[in-house]
Amino acid sequence: MEQSLRSPWQEILEKVRVWARVNSPWAIHYNSGSCNGCDIEIVATLTPRYDLERFGVKLEGSPRHADVLICTGPVTRQSRDRLLRIYHQMPEPKFVVAVGSCGLSGGVFHGLYNIAGGIDEVLPVDVFIPGCPPRPEAIIYGLVQLLEGLRGREPSPEVKKMLQKTAKEERQ
Amino acid sequence: MTSERKFIVPIGPQHPALKEPGHFEFTVDGEIVTDASVRLGYVHRGIEKGAEERSYIQDLYLFERICGICSHVHATAFALGVERLAGVEAPLRAQAIRSLVAEMERIHSHMLWLGVAAHEGGFDTLFMYSWRDREIVMDLLEAFTGNRVNYSVNLLGGVKCDVNESLRDQILRGMDQLEKRIQHYLNVVTTDRTFLARTEGVGRMTREQADLFGAVGPTARASGVPRDVRVDAPYAYYSTVPVRLITDERGDLLARFVVRINELFEAIRVIREILDHLPEGELTARMPRRIPAGETISRVEAPRGELFYFVKSNGGEKPERVKVRTPSLCNWGSVMQVAVGHKLADMPMILAGIDPCFSCNDRMVQLKRKDSQQWMSWEDLRQYGIEYYKKVL
Repeated sequence: MEQSLRSPWQEILEKVRVWARVNSPWAIHYNSGSCNGCDIEIVATLTPRYDLERFGVKLEGSPRHADVLICTGPVTRQSRDRLLRIYHQMPEPKFVVAVGSCGLSGGVFHGLYNIAGGIDEVLPVDVFIPGCPPRPEAIIYGLVQLLEGLRGREPSPEVKKMLQKTAKEERQ
Repeated sequence: MTSERKFIVPIGPQHPALKEPGHFEFTVDGEIVTDASVRLGYVHRGIEKGAEERSYIQDLYLFERICGICSHVHATAFALGVERLAGVEAPLRAQAIRSLVAEMERIHSHMLWLGVAAHEGGFDTLFMYSWRDREIVMDLLEAFTGNRVNYSVNLLGGVKCDVNESLRDQILRGMDQLEKRIQHYLNVVTTDRTFLARTEGVGRMTREQADLFGAVGPTARASGVPRDVRVDAPYAYYSTVPVRLITDERGDLLARFVVRINELFEAIRVIREILDHLPEGELTARMPRRIPAGETISRVEAPRGELFYFVKSNGGEKPERVKVRTPSLCNWGSVMQVAVGHKLADMPMILAGIDPCFSCNDRMVQLKRKDSQQWMSWEDLRQYGIEYYKKVL
């Protein structure tokens, strides 16, 4: 944090910013070489059954409007530059979520000649969501962890209740 | 009035419309597209080469992850090929279960497509509804196989999941529910005026064009080409439970919607029939420890069209060569031709009309000319690619 943030006004402004960011993070999705499985699960997370939008998350087309970069798949050599470009186009502060086993380590594609590695070898990653592909609940949980991390505390009781409710509905 | 200079609209590889990376360039004259080109390869991972360094069993799981949407048919095609090399035939019950999962996967894939295509047309309500109802079949697949995507049902020589009474009832109940919903979608797609305005007569491909460009699957069948591997060369359980071929003569986007939705009904009918006549018996046949040397092909009908595998064995633990030919790549040629003459706003729907799947697409062909034995470093190759495209445009 810079010196100027210490003035009371700056602190209030910063609080407002965090509040706004946590309540409506705009996400952008990029597939850097995944098998598509995680992508359809991310889309499924946005649709009525799981409905990620109740946390204020909106999938946005342009990197210049986005706060969160959701990456899927290992990074192929071809898409590596694109991924970096998208990341650099995003405004600060920006956060990266890596979805799927391949995003974590290369997964089943580990060692193939055109794979540059997992996402964390190209970008700094904030949240890893494992699974091949992760269930929509796991993706929701990962994103909520990110948001709560931004706020700097544990998930609130309402959020916990909501997550439990989703899990219960799923079991039925 | 035509302008002197070309105006090119680049789209991708990151774009809001499709979830996978592909780069398109549309040359436009005002609003009308006069030329279209596609650049693929962002998802090229080198799976075919990697398959040569993995054992047959590892490959089964690797090929399943070529594409997350039609993962089951990839594994089926590979398993069928290896079984043919080994001279083993999977037991009847295993074949029936393969077909059963393949049809359930077709339902999930077509409903996914229905939603995405409606989304491209700006009809988000249909997108949300069809994805909501898609969860019915996703639940059934999960109850059946234990995973929502990448089911890993196939083994070499059989399958690993079985259907019991309660699961059977569950699937039949789910199918009844889905049938009602799909009937509703068919009504929406064929009667909604705003939707018809976006689909009727748009992206028309004649039967001659479909033959010329080598279109496959529902894209070809919507242009009246009677081509379906399940009918032409039945594999798994399709010889016992025949599939009705669904075609449409119109060839436009509406026809593709109608063909795919009617295929959903057909898939539901096939699932019911398989469940009614599920043969008893073993789930796996014994595979030899080593796959004998030889080469073979196998063809299956993926949700997007004909999927072709070539498997060559040298008698070792690993396949010597596996070649995959996926349906999406066959359909790209047609879409780039059909796009010309349409409005730029119609492009997302025309692109989505073939149900493109980029992770299936991106494979590499090496051309070996007589005199040029040239190797390029990655940077050189990239530079070469950039300059090549500059020259072409």
